[in-house]
Amino acid sequence: MNKIWLVIKREYLTRVKNKTFLLSTILLPLVMVLFIAGSIFFAAKPEDKKRIAVEDKKGELTKFLKSDTSKMEFVFSQGVDTSNFAEKRFDGFLYSVDSSGRHFLLKTVKAASNETMDRLKNRLNSAYVSSRLLEKNITIEQIDSINTASSSYYTVDNTDEKNQNVNAAINTGIGFISGIIIYITMFIFGAMVMRGVMEEKTTRIAEVVISSVKPFQLMMGKIIGIGAVGLTQLLLWIILIFTISTIAFTFLPPDILQQVQDIQNNRAMMTSNPGQFSEAAKGIANLTNMNWPLIIGCFLFYFIGGYLFYSSLFAAIGSVVNEDPQEAQSLMFPIMMPIVFGFIILSTNIDRPDAPAMIWASIIPFTSPIVMMGRLASSPPFWQLALSMVSLIVGFILTTWIAAKIYRTGILLYGKKPTWREMIKWVRRS
Amino acid sequence: MSLLEVRNLKKYFATQKAVDDISFDVSKGSIFGLLGPNGAGKTTLIRMITGIFYPDEGQITFDGKKFDPINDVVHIGYMPEERGLYKKMKIGEQAVYLAQLKGLRKADAMAKIKEWFIKFEMQSWWSKKVEDLSKGMSQKLQFVTTVLHEPKLIILDEPFSGLDPVNSNLIKDEIYKLALRGSTIIFSTHRMEQVEEICDHIILVNKGKKILDGSVKGVKNQFKENLFSIGFEEIPADLNGNPPFEMVGTKDHGYVVKIKEGFIPNDVLNYFLQQGARVISFNEILPSLSDIFIKLVEGTPLTRQFQAINA
Repeated sequence: MNKIWLVIKREYLTRVKNKTFLLSTILLPLVMVLFIAGSIFFAAKPEDKKRIAVEDKKGELTKFLKSDTSKMEFVFSQGVDTSNFAEKRFDGFLYSVDSSGRHFLLKTVKAASNETMDRLKNRLNSAYVSSRLLEKNITIEQIDSINTASSSYYTVDNTDEKNQNVNAAINTGIGFISGIIIYITMFIFGAMVMRGVMEEKTTRIAEVVISSVKPFQLMMGKIIGIGAVGLTQLLLWIILIFTISTIAFTFLPPDILQQVQDIQNNRAMMTSNPGQFSEAAKGIANLTNMNWPLIIGCFLFYFIGGYLFYSSLFAAIGSVVNEDPQEAQSLMFPIMMPIVFGFIILSTNIDRPDAPAMIWASIIPFTSPIVMMGRLASSPPFWQLALSMVSLIVGFILTTWIAAKIYRTGILLYGKKPTWREMIKWVRRS
Repeated sequence: MSLLEVRNLKKYFATQKAVDDISFDVSKGSIFGLLGPNGAGKTTLIRMITGIFYPDEGQITFDGKKFDPINDVVHIGYMPEERGLYKKMKIGEQAVYLAQLKGLRKADAMAKIKEWFIKFEMQSWWSKKVEDLSKGMSQKLQFVTTVLHEPKLIILDEPFSGLDPVNSNLIKDEIYKLALRGSTIIFSTHRMEQVEEICDHIILVNKGKKILDGSVKGVKNQFKENLFSIGFEEIPADLNGNPPFEMVGTKDHGYVVKIKEGFIPNDVLNYFLQQGARVISFNEILPSLSDIFIKLVEGTPLTRQFQAINA
């Protein structure tokens, strides 16, 4: 036990004393805070107005497809086609290619957002409704007045008990960012473990050290030591980010600060008029109102769990390859796959935290460290969180056990890289 | 009294009988030579003695008790043939770290390292990094870290590779001193002249089996071919009659002869004295270990072939 502690100490100190460690520890929080500030800024900023040229072969749309001043402007001009709309300073060109005239294509310079597409579809369909109404002898004036009145006649707010007043975008944003951080750190520190093992093998120091400590002690010492480096870095980041954001708050305009306070005070009866608060104030209020202890607690748990789960596998890979980094890459591939897969599930389903794919991926330990972070903001059921945590713990005990067997043989083996079949044999034997 | 007793040790790998039923004793305070061609199984044997591998079969007795890898490794110092150090680590810190892994307390380790560094004139190296050292320098450092904790058993695999004659002698002297102070040394090398010079007792392994075991002198006698060299003031012109020897070669002012079966060296001298030759020297030629090594190993393939093992 004493020896494993010595190994941990060496692994930790040689890395923490390194200058690049210091540099990256300070730079990343700065980038993060800028990123968050930027996303709040852009969330508050309305989308640009889109100018769309429309080719109306049947002449049905001209009368009813109306520009609205803030979001979309429709222009029915001749001589515009798919090749020259950009030159004529349009953002998009809407045209129909099928005979029924009901299926439109929108050609754009930049890809149109889902929001834009939805809005466009709604506008086209309401234009159709208007034209049908006109056929039923209702005047254009009547239609217009109904349309204008109806657009804000009913309003809907989500008052889910758990998520009251919580801005879903910021919530998922936090989950997404922490998922990404776990994803990146798993790669960074996993690769660090692998390189460390490779270094020990190629410089043949392993030969020397293995005669004093058991291979398992050497491997676990390295994993824990580097994990402690990662944890140190994350904790420093969290502290720095909180400090920087606290400082940043003092630079906010006083009226926004006032609004933040109002929101916090009125939280229980936020019914009066949500429109009176700016988006930025709402965002900040939500940030300060998040369940930070739960998020940070889970973040640390999933970081440690995910790291332990994968780093021992990375160590096993490092132990079987020789100097050639390409050998390592081909072996790393199957281990990186589930990590990347988890990231893909997270990024495609971030707005649907209760989708079956998300639930499964947040429980299976191969992907849970990344995916569960993305679900945390939407308060998943307790049993799912508990099951996910337990299976992660069981998972890393299992991967460590397997990796230790491969490592023990691999670290002293030179020459040809073993095949998967041989490695499985090492695990099975004894 | 033996420090190490190895009995019927076996270790089979998937494609090799790396060590196949080897037994030997190493007596306390001796310098023991473990010889063998490349791939003979020496490293596997050493790895079992150092507790890195578990033997498939056989017993190891260390210092009178059954070898217990976990507790006994602190009494063993092993310098592998393939050796290295952490390149980016400072030399002093590295030596302290390795000594601590061998169970030394930090303060003791520091004191001992300083002592050795002074002995080897390495004081100025303390805060240099290993990557700044030449091969010979890191070899010296490696030797220091191997013997620092005053192990009962020191295993040195090719300790002189990469060292110039001056540093070789320096290390050689230290090996003698360690043996005199009671350490037992197992010395593995291909350089036979060093073995002859240093070792008391040797074993030779080939293809996983022990093929020779004995003291250096005993082995040489065992393999002597009754060769003698005779020096004359003036070489006798021709050999008349029936000499009790066969001519093997000539040299300046002398012959190399092989005594025929049933004769003794005196017969050779008598023969020449009767011829009236004036003998100025008469020496027995013992085979060198190198000759014995080649003779025993020759004929077996240089590299071991892979074979299927059903164990």
